[in-house]
Amino acid sequence: MEDQFKIAGQLINSRFLLGTGKFSSYAIMRDSLESSQAHIVTVALRRVDLGQKNENILDYIPKNCITMTNTSGARNAEEAIRIARLARKMGCGNWIKIEVIPDTKYLLPDNAETIKATEALAKEGFLVMPYMNPDLMDARRLVNAGAVSVMPLGAPIGTNKGLKTQEMIRILIEEIDIPVIVDAGLGKPSHAAEAMELGADAVLVNTAVAVAVDPVIMAQAFSQAVIAGRLAYLAGPGAVKEEAAASSPLTGFLR
Amino acid sequence: MSFYEEYQKYKEIDIDDVFARVTENDVLRAINKESLEVNDFAALLSVQAGDLLERVAQKANEVTRRKFGKVIHLYAPLYLSSHCENECVYCGFRSSRVMERKTLVPEEIEKEAEVISKTGIRHILILTGESRKNTPLSYIVDSVKILSKYFSTISIEIYPLTEQEYKELVSIGVDGLVLYQEAYNEELYKKYHVRGLKRDFEYRLLSPERAGSAKMRTISIGALLGLAEGRKEIFFTGLQAAYLLRKYSETEISVSFPRLKPQGGTFTAPYNISDKELVQFMLAIRLFLPGAGINISTRESSQLRSNLIGLGVTRMSAGSITVVGGYANKQKGDGQFTISDKNSVEETKNMIISKGYQPVMKDWQTL
Ligand code: SF4
Repeated sequence: MEDQFKIAGQLINSRFLLGTGKFSSYAIMRDSLESSQAHIVTVALRRVDLGQKNENILDYIPKNCITMTNTSGARNAEEAIRIARLARKMGCGNWIKIEVIPDTKYLLPDNAETIKATEALAKEGFLVMPYMNPDLMDARRLVNAGAVSVMPLGAPIGTNKGLKTQEMIRILIEEIDIPVIVDAGLGKPSHAAEAMELGADAVLVNTAVAVAVDPVIMAQAFSQAVIAGRLAYLAGPGAVKEEAAASSPLTGFLR
Repeated sequence: MSFYEEYQKYKEIDIDDVFARVTENDVLRAINKESLEVNDFAALLSVQAGDLLERVAQKANEVTRRKFGKVIHLYAPLYLSSHCENECVYCGFRSSRVMERKTLVPEEIEKEAEVISKTGIRHILILTGESRKNTPLSYIVDSVKILSKYFSTISIEIYPLTEQEYKELVSIGVDGLVLYQEAYNEELYKKYHVRGLKRDFEYRLLSPERAGSAKMRTISIGALLGLAEGRKEIFFTGLQAAYLLRKYSETEISVSFPRLKPQGGTFTAPYNISDKELVQFMLAIRLFLPGAGINISTRESSQLRSNLIGLGVTRMSAGSITVVGGYANKQKGDGQFTISDKNSVEETKNMIISKGYQPVMKDWQTL
């Protein structure tokens, strides 16, 4: 079955995206990236150290991956824009994941500032993937602002709670024409499968892989769950129906 | 309502009685809750909770891993000046003490920065005594400008500033404020701080709020453990951290747990805080404030520091020298406090790696 996944016209080989924070070492991170077969990986610019003395995270990213810088640490549009420009200057390319998080308690994104940053950076030629709270109107604004995908959260970052925002994400999937990538909060492979069955174009995971007892195996488990969920989605609606078939039909007399 | 007002409200409550009434069930409930209230925090600080420490630790470990990952951030302190106009009876820099005092000149700062940055450290904490005369704000500004050539994160631990002054420092790239209340017990505070501007308890207590209004990126608070009854001191530290988190949601709040290690004199800490209590306090803060940074300095031994990894710690100093000018000139001199963990940055990194964690040197990018 042909099932191509494209972002901004570019063919992406995997519907599983992996973040690179929180790992116990760069070596384990690299092995996890490899076992995940992720094509797009995110890296926080704040962690990129181009100095001589310390290890450089970018050296541990497999060569066939697209490195997408994220703006982790930005509290408003202006900071996100500055981080993105700096990333490009430092040679990190054009893919940028906008994270604007002015809330250190719940780590929830600020959609309004995210829209502003998206608009500015898209104009400067960045391929912008904004992390957002799943809201249909804001997602439309992001599309208009030039985003190449939207990344609604399943649950707040680092909570591993799963698809708490399922209904809102379902609406985005139905209404938004650019890829919808569920980001944050997915705690186990079954959560990722669930998002894919729902029709998400891809998922991004970080914490659940990075802090697993064996991140390398967990990365593989997520990767396979994403494939399984996608196949289930393509195979059409499953056995579970939204509404149960009533035992005594109300319209039976019409037969 | 400022935190000073909130503090006064809490002072009317008999906190000892609250601690004394805690039951095992209260502690278990606190462990299992997702979002803790002040009562739960008190339960975790109680003597009763000391018996359930392992269970609290397991939860704290899980929460910390999810929130922060398996990483420990490293920073180094840089003492710029030992001049001080205050008289804090427990401190090696107190003004009455006869000692050779020194304030680094720009060339010396540059030299220190070179030595420190060669170890891979990218986060520098600059410290001075509290002397506006010897280290005015303009001096701090000039120092920050030098240091920003070498480091990607710059924090300050200096005398309290006005909001406008904090704003000025934020605008030139200062990310973090470290300001310890030392003692939350106001009566004892007055006893320990006998002369100088630091005698003003309220002004010091409200400094983090001024920094928060100035949009400082991180604010670290703490009580100097040993000066007053530990349990209550941590209780108020937690309350202040929670207050700051509510009011300045963009700012990352951290809590430090400095235990008094006096230098140069006869002062002995009136309250002894055991390792077990230190651990209990740290775990209580972790569960009460899952997103708060937790900092442990080289005041503590390397053995204890290594055991604390996994219990909630997110940040550590490494290779610290508390003598002014001591990185470039290894001469002996008087530091502000005694260092227990004398390991180098490299040794500290290896210790963290051996615990299955990643030492993180760079965690911010000056914009
Ligand atoms: S604690 Fe600070 S203010 Fe007090 S004497 Fe020491 S250096 Fe001065």
